[in-house]
Order: sequence, then C-alpha cells, then structure tokens
Amino acid sequence: MNITIDGIQYEIKKNTTILQACKDAGINIPTLCHDERLNPSSSCRLCLVEVEGTKNPVTSCSTMVRDNMVVNTKSKDVIKARKDVLNLIISNHPMECLTCDKSGNCKLQDYSYEYGVAEGTFKGAKRTPKTDTSNPFYDYDARKCILCGLCVRVCDELQGTAAIGIENRGFDAVVTTPYNEGLINSKCVSCGNCVSVCPVGALSPKRQKYRYWENKKIRTTCSYCGVGCQMDLVVKGDKVVDVEPAKDALNNGLLCVKGKFAYKFINHPDRLKTPLIKINGRFEEATWDEAYRYIRKKVNELKPEYGADSFAGLTSARCTNEENYLFQKLFRAVIGTNNVDHCARL
Amino acid sequence: MGCRKVLTLERLQQIRKEHRPILEARVGEAGNADINEDGSIVLNGDYYKKQVRIALKNCGIINPLMIEDYIAVDGYSALANILFNKSSGEIIDDMMASNLRGRGGAGFPTGRKWNEAFKYDADQKFMICNADEGDPGAFMDRSILENDPHSVLEGMAIGGYAVGADKGFIYVRAEYPIAVKRLRTAIEQAKELGILGNNILGTGFSFDIELRLGSGAFVCGEGTALIESIEGKRGMPRTKIHRTAHKGLWQKPTIINNVETYANVPVIFQKGVDWFRSIGTEKSPGTKVFSLVGKVQNAGLVEVPMGTPLREIVYDIGGGVQDGKGFKAVQTGGPSGGCIPAHLIDTPVDFESLGKIGSIMGSGGMVVMDEDTCMVDVARFFLEFTVDESCGKCVPCREGTKRMLEILERIVSGHGEDGDIELMEDLSETISKASLCGLGQTASNPVVTTIKYFRDEYEAHINEKKCPSGSCRPLIKYFITEACIGCTRCAKSCPVDSCITGKVKERHVINQDVCIKCGTCYEVCPVKPVKAVVKG
Repeated sequence: MNITIDGIQYEIKKNTTILQACKDAGINIPTLCHDERLNPSSSCRLCLVEVEGTKNPVTSCSTMVRDNMVVNTKSKDVIKARKDVLNLIISNHPMECLTCDKSGNCKLQDYSYEYGVAEGTFKGAKRTPKTDTSNPFYDYDARKCILCGLCVRVCDELQGTAAIGIENRGFDAVVTTPYNEGLINSKCVSCGNCVSVCPVGALSPKRQKYRYWENKKIRTTCSYCGVGCQMDLVVKGDKVVDVEPAKDALNNGLLCVKGKFAYKFINHPDRLKTPLIKINGRFEEATWDEAYRYIRKKVNELKPEYGADSFAGLTSARCTNEENYLFQKLFRAVIGTNNVDHCARL
Repeated sequence: MGCRKVLTLERLQQIRKEHRPILEARVGEAGNADINEDGSIVLNGDYYKKQVRIALKNCGIINPLMIEDYIAVDGYSALANILFNKSSGEIIDDMMASNLRGRGGAGFPTGRKWNEAFKYDADQKFMICNADEGDPGAFMDRSILENDPHSVLEGMAIGGYAVGADKGFIYVRAEYPIAVKRLRTAIEQAKELGILGNNILGTGFSFDIELRLGSGAFVCGEGTALIESIEGKRGMPRTKIHRTAHKGLWQKPTIINNVETYANVPVIFQKGVDWFRSIGTEKSPGTKVFSLVGKVQNAGLVEVPMGTPLREIVYDIGGGVQDGKGFKAVQTGGPSGGCIPAHLIDTPVDFESLGKIGSIMGSGGMVVMDEDTCMVDVARFFLEFTVDESCGKCVPCREGTKRMLEILERIVSGHGEDGDIELMEDLSETISKASLCGLGQTASNPVVTTIKYFRDEYEAHINEKKCPSGSCRPLIKYFITEACIGCTRCAKSCPVDSCITGKVKERHVINQDVCIKCGTCYEVCPVKPVKAVVKG
C-alpha cells in the first residue's frame, strides 16, 4: 500500500506498523519502550507521529499503516510532545551521567542530546525507590528506572520467568519483585535479558568499569552448550569486560546466565592454560607434547597388566561436538574401553 | 445435574399476571409512587416531577431481591420477545437506529459497537458490564445495581443474543457490597428461573453471567484496563492496536458497556426505537442520570432528557444553591470533567454542548459550587484524585499530572510564580494529546476549564497572594482593627497559646507567626455591626 511519510511516498507492505515503515524508509523515530520482539506497550509516548485525519497524534509503534495514509513525523506539535516527554522523564531522573556506567550507550542520553533537553525543568518530587544489589550478577538502581517496562516484558514474554512486575500506582509505580523481597529471593534465574534491554542505567551488570567508546566488540559463539547463541564480547584492551547478546542471530537477542555473565573465568588467575602432570604428588605444568607422550607411555605400560577397563576418560561440555566425538573414539577404538563420560552429567 | 423444567413464555407471562397485583398493592400501601393509566409506576413528589426516568424507572419501586417484582413491571418481556421474534441483525439495526450512546462517558453509539462484534467471526464472544463506578460523588450505577439489577442482566442478555456471545461478566467494584450481594442474588434467581443459563425459554440461546470484583483502582473503569484486570493481570490500559469489539477479553470479540447503558436496552425494545428517539436531542437521544451533589439544596440522583439546560437541573430540580448563597459553577463529568461557570448555566446538557465548552458528560457527576468555593482549589482537588489514580504506565500521565499538581499546590499555598498559568496551559496540552488512555487525556480538564473561566482567581493567588473566595487557608490573614473593645473573648477562645494577646478593654493583637487561621476569633467577636476581627 501507498503511504506518505514527511511528504515522500513509499510502498509499504500490509500489517506493518508506522514505526517499522519509517525505519525501512530510513526515518529515525525515537522509542524507549519499543522492542520488535515484544508486544507493543506504547508507554513511553516518544514515537508519536501525526496522521492526517486523526485528532491526536498516534504512537507509531502500535498503529498499522493504511492505504493512502499521510504521516508526519517531524511536525511542530510532535516535536513539542517528544521534548515535553523527555523533559518529564529527565525531571525525575538522577543526573549522574558523569558516573553512570551506561553513559555513551544510553537511549535517554542520546535523545536528550538530539532534542536539546539539557535538564529537567520541573523541580519537584523525585522517585526514591530502593536499589537492589542482591543479585550476584547485576544491580538494579531503581532511581534511574524510567518505567519503560521492557525488563518486565522481556522477563515475561520471552524468558517466560515473570520474576518482576510493576508495583504501586502513578508517580509511585516501581519495577520490583513480588512483596519487595529482592531479586535474590525471587524467581529470577539471572539470565540478564532484562539487563540487555534496559535503555538506561537502571539495570547494569556487576562489571569492571569501562566506557563504551573504549571498547571493541567481537562476535563469537557461546561455548557453554550446543545451542550456538551468538554474542558480542566487549573487549577493553586485551580483556573481555562484558557480553552482549546478538539480536541478528538465532538466539534473537537473548542469552542465559552463563552466556551473559560467566565470562570472568577468561582472565581468572586460577584458569588452567597448560596441561598438568602429577610428579611426586604435585601437579606440575607441562607442554601438550609432554602430556601426550606421558599418556601414551602409561597406556602402553598399564593396559597389558590391568586391561583396557582400568582406564577412564572424562571430557567437557565446553568442548565442541567434534572434539567430544574424537575423544570417545580415542577411548573406545584406541584404548578399548567404554569408560568415557562428560561433565554435563554431573 | 438434575433435569430442570425449561422456563416457557407462558410461565413467564403467568408470573407477571400473578405478581402484578401484589406489587400494585404494595406500591399503593407505601404511597410513594403513582400507577399511571398506561401501567407505568412512577415515584411521586416534586423532586421527580421534572424528571424522565428510563434507567432508574424501577428504582425505589420494585424489590430488587425479588425477580417476580421485575417481571411484574414487564421485566424480561423484551428479551423474551426478541428471542422469539427477532434476528441478531434486526436487534443491531434497532440499536443503531435508536442511537443510544454509551452512558459511561465517551458517548460512543452502542449499536455501532455491537455491530463491530456482530460482524467479526469468532468461536467465542463476551459481553462485559462496566460497573466500576469510581468518580468521587457519583452513584448512578450503584443505584441501578442495588435497586434494579435485573434490568442490567436483561440488557446484557439482549446484547449477547445480538452479537453472538454466550458469556457475560459484570466487573463491579468491591466497595459496593450491597450491589454485589444483590447482583449475586439476581443472577441466582434468574438462573433458577431459567431466564439465564442454557437454552433460555427453549430457544436454544444460552447466556451466563459471572461477577468479577474490582480491587479499588479507578483506572480499571477504562475498558482495556478492566479487561486486563478480568484476565488476572495488573489493571493497566492496553495500547489500541485492535478494537475490543474485535480482540478484547482473552483476545476474543468483547462488548463493554456501562451499567446505565445496559439498563436502557430493555426499555428501548419494550417501547420502541421511535419512542426512545422522541426523548432527548437528535444527536443524543434518551435520558441521562446525574448525580447532583455539592452545595445544592436537593442533592440526589436526577434523570432528565438529554439537552435539558443545566439551569433546570440545578434550580428546578436541585432547588438552587444551599443557604441562599450565590451560584458560582458546576463541575460535570467527574474528576476528568470541566467547571462550567454561572454565565453558561443555560447550556443544554448533552455530549456535544458540554464538549464545546470544554467539559464532558462523563459518567454523570454534577457538583454544584457556591461563591465560597475557590476554583483553583477545586482544580487541585480533582487533579490530586487523578494523580493518585494514574496507573503509571505512560509518561505524560504519570509524570505530567504530578508536576501540574505540584504547581497547583504551590499556588494555593501562596508560592505561585509568574508564568505558572502559562506553564500549566502548555503542559496540559501535551498531557491531553500524548497520554495513552482517557484518564490522562482528560486529566487536565478541571485545570484547563478553571483557567479559562476563572483566570482572575489564579492571578489573585499568584500575584496578590490572595484567595478571592477566602478558602485557601495559607492565603488568609486575620487581624484585629481599632474597633476592638478588649472583651478578651477572642483570646480566650483561641486554641493556640500566645497567639492573641492584649489587656482587658484594650485592643488585642494576633501574632501572625503562630496563627493557625482557624477563624475562631472571627466567629466569636461580638463587635457590631462590623466585627473587629477582619478576614483578608
């Protein structure tokens, strides 16, 4: 169908939202509560656009295009409404950008810059909900929450856990766990998908300090299980300092607790980087060559005396499918025992 | 399940015949109502003379706990007649022709709403009655539910037959325990008799009604928030992607009408579309029930034809302002309505006319204000209500109304600043245009209309730090003039230590720093003809 956006005609497919149509046309519409994976909520009211023939502006995230629709995304009224909404949010938001981890990657900061909202002009009450640092992997600073509801919806609609919800009404509304008992006492499985969608600094991973502009991102496959989730390792210097799920992959922007948070072993001092051989009751570092030779020697010595079943091999879920296949082949075909297992059974 | 006798049309008519004399005898004995030649029973007395009662027609006349009483006043005859003689399409046509408009506030034509659900193909459809009446001081729906519950059940069943729904929910606020009890009894009796349930009157049409109790959230009166609440979720309005008539409760076609709307339905089918359209105005036919409260002589429920001038309601029925004081304004439409000033008192009360002057019909609240009422404080009062009841989902309502309330609180406490009026006008525009649901979109109406019609009062508060009506306490000052005779009565009556000082037979002085502005000194001062204590 034909629609006109900001004076230019476009051919748009049926059942498309105005927001999607604008995105396809390269027109940027601000959103704080929108995520194409979730049902539209239309709570932030930033994506308002004017549609000819309707009295009030409409939210582009929830309005489907109609044939011959005329949309105006940059009218004076729309810009005023967006500025007012940003002003209202900022007026109730701690101005801590200088120390906030999210600075540089914060949608509220970006839009305030774009629309020239330097400060909140309404000097009144501010929200004072409690922060929750009980979860071992991430913190929740409720003061910074802008109640876009993305965390609640991702937890419910995509993760299927529904550990958090909104409590109280109006100005006192707050995202929290049932009966305010804290994240650690809730159903939260620490998947961190709420952290990944938070557009501001309300939900942030417990992590080493870094600024977004200091990093590079490296796309990789999560090695924890066989699903093959894609993720971006956030690397500062030569250290992995964070993990972000990839949206353009089969995991659809989601990760589990391991993929999202269990990266700190990479630079951990206890991490094994070479094989160990026990000499005189103590494990000593060795090269792979030494290790292979040692294994061959021991197998040749012990197999004639005690039989093949005196050997057992234990491999790891962190290895690839192919590596695990080869490992069991080594034990069954070369050594001749079925005593082979894997840490995923533990 | 045991085998139950199916209610027949003959049996229904028989109940009516048997019970009518009993009802008439009771009415005659009570003496509060007259039986007209056409068989209608109407309450007598001056208060009711100017009223035309359709939705309230049985209130105060029948016993709501007896289904036979309702049947005796032709109750359920419209449903029976429809089930035997009319198709769904014909009912929809009649409803559209009647142009009955939703009585919950928005005034959407009921027939058009029903038609949407009727046309939409689905395996299950629902009828919902919105009985979550939450406007402060409004008790129209409560009165119907408590005094004539069967009229609502009948209206819902007719709607169910029309759109193809076999299940209805009444969402009633838990703060109406009597209404809940009587609805429960009415549903039980109707099921027992067979006028609700499976295979009604042997026609094959089934319709069941269940109650759902609200938990005290005003916003659950908003249709989609109400649906969320019935589904067991937090009561917050949905964004309007689909019409509820297409995808509503559990994503099935759903009709939500207000109590008063349903109460009108059976009467329209009893007396005909032409009769209904002969009452009220062309665009708003029928009557509307108002809850007339505030500084009016005769407060109570008033049902009048649409288009009746405000003056008739306030003066002819309401008896004018209490204590002979001057009429200042009337607030219509509940907390999201507007204040109508004295010079517009001849405005006819219908959807269009009220909209034109910045107010709304709303669900029918009507608060009369006298000369002692401060309009800035009125705006603050209603806004405080909306701020409390905002669900917090969308930014303009959650944050914007709160900021507006903060400005109003500043003004009534004497800290208003130059530019506050303009700031509120500017902010109200965004709140009205950008809010998600009706609550936010109309929240600033009381502020906008009071600024429009009583701007001078705002200016007095801000510029002169004075409340012209003498009602905003922080802006009032009491002081004692030279006329003081030194009788000491004020000092003795003053509840604050060391506030009023002075020797006998000498002029007394009020210490402004400790004065709590209770006005006791003013009340007790015996000096005549002008008191020595002055309020300013």
